Amino acid sequence: MSVRLTFDPFDAGALLTAFCKGRTEVGAVATFTGIARAEAGSTTVLELEAYPGFTEAEIDKVAGQAKVRFGIDDFLILHRVGRIAPGEAVVFVATAARHRREAFEACDFLMDYLKSQAPFWKKEHGPDGARWVEPRPEDHADLARWESR
Amino acid sequence: MARVLLFGRLSDLAGWREREIESPFLSALRTKLAKEDALLGEALGGPGVQVALDQVIVRGDAPLNARTEVAFLPPMSGG
Repeated sequence: MSVRLTFDPFDAGALLTAFCKGRTEVGAVATFTGIARAEAGSTTVLELEAYPGFTEAEIDKVAGQAKVRFGIDDFLILHRVGRIAPGEAVVFVATAARHRREAFEACDFLMDYLKSQAPFWKKEHGPDGARWVEPRPEDHADLARWESR
Repeated sequence: MARVLLFGRLSDLAGWREREIESPFLSALRTKLAKEDALLGEALGGPGVQVALDQVIVRGDAPLNARTEVAFLPPMSGG
């Protein structure tokens, strides 16, 4: 179980390899990699701010609940902070479970949580200036899908 | 002196990120901030803005001590 923030670019493939290593009983690992979009040139840099300590603790709390709810064995969440160029990975989520459904669902849920509830603040810089990005109605609807289950 | 932290658009709006401010209660701190910067005062009470005291989300008023860390958290978005 691990939640980490990093200022540095990361290699999602290497994270997946390391996460899978030595597992002989999990059967299924699902991952999601979120990548910064250029938005056809309107975003030149994505800036992510966190509240160090609080951000990791809040994510860890929700991920710990998800571990129990979906019955997964393990998870890894790595999230960039600072300035991120288009094409670079912003977030990596991996979940490990005995069977695929639990792994897929936990990964899906964790991403819905990260998009609209996790303590990050996101700013897009572009040729027309900078703007703060807040969750879209779709992001709230995505997270709400899990409430009725 | 409470340590006041602003995140996201709130720090852009205020022009500062962190300040030491003397205040016995969260409500009094809000009033003090609104008095010196009306726009910030309004934004701090705006929809979706949460407050954490020593990294724990609180609702309503609360006493502050000399070392309380007060964080104003606008709507969050990661990923």
